[in-house]
Amino acid sequence: MSAVLVWAEVNEGRFKKPTLEALTVARKWADSLGLPVWAVVVGEKVPENLDPLSEYGADKVIRIVSPLLASFSPNAYARALATLMKDKNISYAVLPQTYDGRAIAPMLSIWTEAALFSGITTVPEKTDNGFTAKRIAYSNKGIEWVGSNHLPLIATIKTNSIIPEKSPRTAAVEDFAFTPEAKDLRLKVLGVEKVATDKVPLTEAEIVVSGGRGLKGPENWGMIEELAKELGAATACSKPVADVGWRPHHEHVGQTGIQISPNLYIAIGISGAIQHLAGVASSKTILVINNDPEAPFFKAADYGIVGDAFDIVPRLTEAIRRYKQQHAH
Amino acid sequence: MLFRPDMKILCCISHVPDTTTRIQFTADGKALDRTGVTFIINPYDDFVLARAAELKEKNPSGVHVTVLCVGKNGTSSTDSVDANLRKALALGLDEAVRIDAEPTDAFFVASQIAAYAKDKGFDLLFFGKESIDYNGSQVAGMVAALLDLPFISYATSIELSNGTAKLTREITGGKEIIESPLPLVLSAQKGLAEWRIPNVRGIMQAKTKPLHVLQPVSVAPRVQTLRHEPPPPKGSFKKIEPDQLDVLVQELANKGLI
Repeated sequence: MSAVLVWAEVNEGRFKKPTLEALTVARKWADSLGLPVWAVVVGEKVPENLDPLSEYGADKVIRIVSPLLASFSPNAYARALATLMKDKNISYAVLPQTYDGRAIAPMLSIWTEAALFSGITTVPEKTDNGFTAKRIAYSNKGIEWVGSNHLPLIATIKTNSIIPEKSPRTAAVEDFAFTPEAKDLRLKVLGVEKVATDKVPLTEAEIVVSGGRGLKGPENWGMIEELAKELGAATACSKPVADVGWRPHHEHVGQTGIQISPNLYIAIGISGAIQHLAGVASSKTILVINNDPEAPFFKAADYGIVGDAFDIVPRLTEAIRRYKQQHAH
Repeated sequence: MLFRPDMKILCCISHVPDTTTRIQFTADGKALDRTGVTFIINPYDDFVLARAAELKEKNPSGVHVTVLCVGKNGTSSTDSVDANLRKALALGLDEAVRIDAEPTDAFFVASQIAAYAKDKGFDLLFFGKESIDYNGSQVAGMVAALLDLPFISYATSIELSNGTAKLTREITGGKEIIESPLPLVLSAQKGLAEWRIPNVRGIMQAKTKPLHVLQPVSVAPRVQTLRHEPPPPKGSFKKIEPDQLDVLVQELANKGLI
């Protein structure tokens, strides 16, 4: 009962947007319960600057530091959080639904005998009988209200579904002693390969510029990259484009690729097959550029431009550049 | 004579509505209206079935693959868990298991799988990274925790040698190279293997392969579906003329999108 716990994920030495989203949900949930928010940071070392956590609502920051936590093991990380939750008698926890959050949360739910709300898009609300929250179902063709009267209750927050809100306070920092056991360290990370670190990771990007077969060949991706660069966006592609090797598989968005929900999705030369829509339909705003006015993607679009991508895209980049120059101070 | 294969693999699959299907809910909103819906093997599970089939092909007598689904057969031929299990078997896998229960929540499903797998000596427990109905990514991690096994999520490759697995895992902005002893639990991302289509011989053989129907263990679900709603209706899109790009940029900026 003592607090709402948030797992603050450290990515490249920083707390990124998914963690701030999780904190925002935790703060509102904790306020409705009259509880404090505790953020927990796990790793071999934790960032010097813990201020973002208190800025977004943490009343306390708990550090779990061990040289054995240098690389990510879902077993060890989940065990660390489970040990803390049991020791402090914590009944509520929130995690970002990132790659690592998705790995930890189900394990944590078993080891704390908790219920798990997975990928919710709203702050859990109290009902006559427990809690309820919303999540997307059937590739955005439905919305599900999940409910549980079971405690502890753990929630993972779908990335880009909550706008982070500041709620600054002063947070005490304390350490929690935990050393992982050998059985939780069976898995060993031998290496990490980052792809183009100057780019925004696709799953976290607020704007995504995506190209399809309509671009005719990999040599034509320069204009996609340029538009993305101008917008600070990530680049993506449709399945056929990844399958023929024009673009790497890690850029494939759609049902069997990566599912994303950016604020703005720009689809260029993508017809909008239902499998593609399944991965992008929860984007908040969709702009479709296609020379075929009958392309099914227009049915899912907020804005549509019927025209030749090779003509439109460079001009759109130019228009954005112009806008930015006019509004630069 | 009984013999112990060198490697035992369990592939756990979900029975989900086809992506192209129209989604409607029952009058009380509590469940999917299954009338006229075609159910398929979850597309991410196809990756693990294909990888298991590859491992089996390399060492037919040394690898034994069981495919498992928790679910009840529907009333129509397009909603049959057994038919989907036979499709999986047609890829050259050995036997199928259906736990005869509605998959009420992830904890219930994971508990059924863990109870089945607990004393069977599986070396590899394979799952898709998520199912396309609720995209929860829960069951594989729960099974790993229930059985206290190493868990590798979003795996894009697995190679085996001498009781050790070398894997790659997708992470934010890149990938991790991982080594793990067996047994392990893996959830698959695209890349683990190329999808396979069963051949006629496989389909014929699958008809007579064992399919065991087992009763569930008693477990109380922890999460309920209170109701479903259709998504908010999407109005028609705003058409922008190619010479109106500045207007579009202004509008996107006004909405705080750029």
